[in-house]
Amino acid sequence: MPLTTSTVLICAGGACISSGEASVKEALKKEIRKYGLDEVVRVVETGCMGACSLGPIIVIYPDGVFYQKLTPRAAEKIVQEHLLKGRIVQEYLYKMPTGEVVPEAMDKLPFFAKQVKIATRNVGYIDPSNIEEYIARDGYFALNKVLTQMSPEQVIEEIKRSGLRGRGGAGFPTGLKWELTRKAKGDRKYIVCNADEGDPGAFMDRSILEGDPHTVLEAMVIAGYAIGAHQGYIYVRAEYPLAIERLQIAIAQAKEFGFLGENILGSEFGFDIEIRIGAGAFVCGEETALIASIEGKRGQPRVKPPYPAQSGVWGCPTVINNVETFACVPPIIIKGADWFRSIGTPTSPGTKVFALAGKITNTGLVEVPMGITIKELLYEIGGGSSTGKKIKAVQTGGPSGGCIPSEYFDTPVDYESLQKLGAIMGSGGMIVMDEDDCMVDVARFFLEFTVDESCGKCTPCREGTRQMLKILEKITSGEGSEKDLIELETLGNIIKDTSLCGLGQTAPNPVLSTLRYYRHEYEAHVREKRCPALRCKALVRYVIDPSKCVGCTACARVCPVNAISGELRKVHTIDNDVCVRCGSCIEVCRFGAISKVSP
Amino acid sequence: MVDREAIVNLVRNIKQQALEERDMLINALHQIQNHFGSYIPVEAAKLVAEELNVPESKVYEVLTFYTMFSIKPRGKYVVRVCVNLPCHVTGGRQIIETLKQTLGIDFDQTTSDGLFTLERTSCLGLCGVAPVIMVNDEYYGDLTPKKVKELIESLRARGEGR
Repeated sequence: MPLTTSTVLICAGGACISSGEASVKEALKKEIRKYGLDEVVRVVETGCMGACSLGPIIVIYPDGVFYQKLTPRAAEKIVQEHLLKGRIVQEYLYKMPTGEVVPEAMDKLPFFAKQVKIATRNVGYIDPSNIEEYIARDGYFALNKVLTQMSPEQVIEEIKRSGLRGRGGAGFPTGLKWELTRKAKGDRKYIVCNADEGDPGAFMDRSILEGDPHTVLEAMVIAGYAIGAHQGYIYVRAEYPLAIERLQIAIAQAKEFGFLGENILGSEFGFDIEIRIGAGAFVCGEETALIASIEGKRGQPRVKPPYPAQSGVWGCPTVINNVETFACVPPIIIKGADWFRSIGTPTSPGTKVFALAGKITNTGLVEVPMGITIKELLYEIGGGSSTGKKIKAVQTGGPSGGCIPSEYFDTPVDYESLQKLGAIMGSGGMIVMDEDDCMVDVARFFLEFTVDESCGKCTPCREGTRQMLKILEKITSGEGSEKDLIELETLGNIIKDTSLCGLGQTAPNPVLSTLRYYRHEYEAHVREKRCPALRCKALVRYVIDPSKCVGCTACARVCPVNAISGELRKVHTIDNDVCVRCGSCIEVCRFGAISKVSP
Repeated sequence: MVDREAIVNLVRNIKQQALEERDMLINALHQIQNHFGSYIPVEAAKLVAEELNVPESKVYEVLTFYTMFSIKPRGKYVVRVCVNLPCHVTGGRQIIETLKQTLGIDFDQTTSDGLFTLERTSCLGLCGVAPVIMVNDEYYGDLTPKKVKELIESLRARGEGR
């Protein structure tokens, strides 16, 4: 067999697929065949490399040359120049803001260089559908170590000492959860992987499942050994068909290689894993709702205690951990608890994967040590605002979290610090907003989400959030009063205190945190009927500046409701009673004559 | 007409493969929905209840709780629009408007030619390329109103040409 001279890694994460990865791959392969290079050049589809804004991406080894924003034509050129003649194709390299091109972007770019990868150590580096590539990167070594050298108690002790906390949001100590479940009475026990990642703006679990599914399987078997379970479930959202497909492949391979099934690695221990697919219900991310859904029922939560550690799937003691938490387990077993503790902060050891989304230059996934400041995360790694306007706030923790204003960007990111700000770590989604975003609108937006997703079982959540939404709609349509702000706070606190599950208990957070930091914006809405960010349609009017309008009629032609009148070469006017504030006229005007004003 | 035998076989197949016997309802409904394209006829749901020996009321309860299941026929292309904050702040509002205008329908409606159904979806986890939509099992990211119109036109051409 001829030696491989080059390996082309092509990112096949969801984002790159949506931006045309398949056609780039086809072009690459076709061109490679055309020049007879298919014997010496390997093309490998990997999981998400993290830099979603640059896709489709390829990295060519041995030199690690990073090409971005590719098209099929670009792929052909790279084969002809780089692979055939050894010449780097400058035009598809990453360019720094200074204009400097960086061939080895993955090592040198701040976006990549500042990361410390534990949970995502293999994502983007291996072919997720090939178990041998996982094994080559120490895959299933931790399982081997556990089964041959450690007792279940020792495994639990190691995880406890590492200080690993649940990455799904609440931050419960993982080792303790395992210990409680091991000690709980019951002949049958279960391991459940919560892959029902539903927080808007968080997509690390998806990326791990798609890019390194075996790490989750390995960790689940280890957890099973530690607590004495022989059966595991992975509960995945139906919205992630690619993750489901790659997990199915991985499970079949693990069975074939003897990492799943009876007598794993020749030991007495046996463990099996099944996939359960959700059907579109956000509340199923809540552990008791998830258990109900696994059992084939409506995904409605129940009162805790008893906790799943005592009574989970089919009433048996159950460990539920999320994907990212599981992905940290094999490295902890191999490298030890002390190594893990040496990264991050004393109360939040290790790393956390964050998803950068919204108005930020480098969208995508990054894994960084806990304790990094929000500023470093958003500016040094994220590259700052993508719109040229100032970043106003970052929303963390999705519909359960809060907005952190830019004044607090020096805060270190760990469980406690974020909680003090009225936000939460959540699953690690960070949605960046700039001056054009209205905080009242954002709060309303999240409330709409919770009203929609509330399972309806308990009254505070079902009815309370609906009332809060009504008030917010009143405010954004210009009919709110100061009394409404007090009402929002009172109602919010009652819902927090009296809801049955985590969804309801945290649902008011986006409102309460924006009321805390952006009260002046709420006050502008209720007192002056003004939306400072010019976002709330009912409080905004469109006007044409007569000194700039040349009467080209472009706006009148594009207006879907014929709200704009005026003759050719004469100043136009907008009838705001007819206007639906779609913004098409602003986009089409070449003279910058149309603007929004409030009130 | 619902093909009774096909449904019964599907459910029995699932029963054979499952490790546990008690939790097959959601799994069965997924497969039935795939079998019919994108919805579950009431008669088929009744058969599932019969085969799994659970009350019809339980099947109905589960069917109506989860947004992915539908008892109404859906279009050939189910267009799911992400309505979450990352897509909202990056221009999702225009995408929704454009879709409604181009298709001439509102959320949860189907075009009269039976080609398109428009639905909301929770976060698709593709926030890096927001705004995003999903058409059946395919994702489309970095959308603009123009790209949306082009996509719908090309699907329409493909759909009618069958």
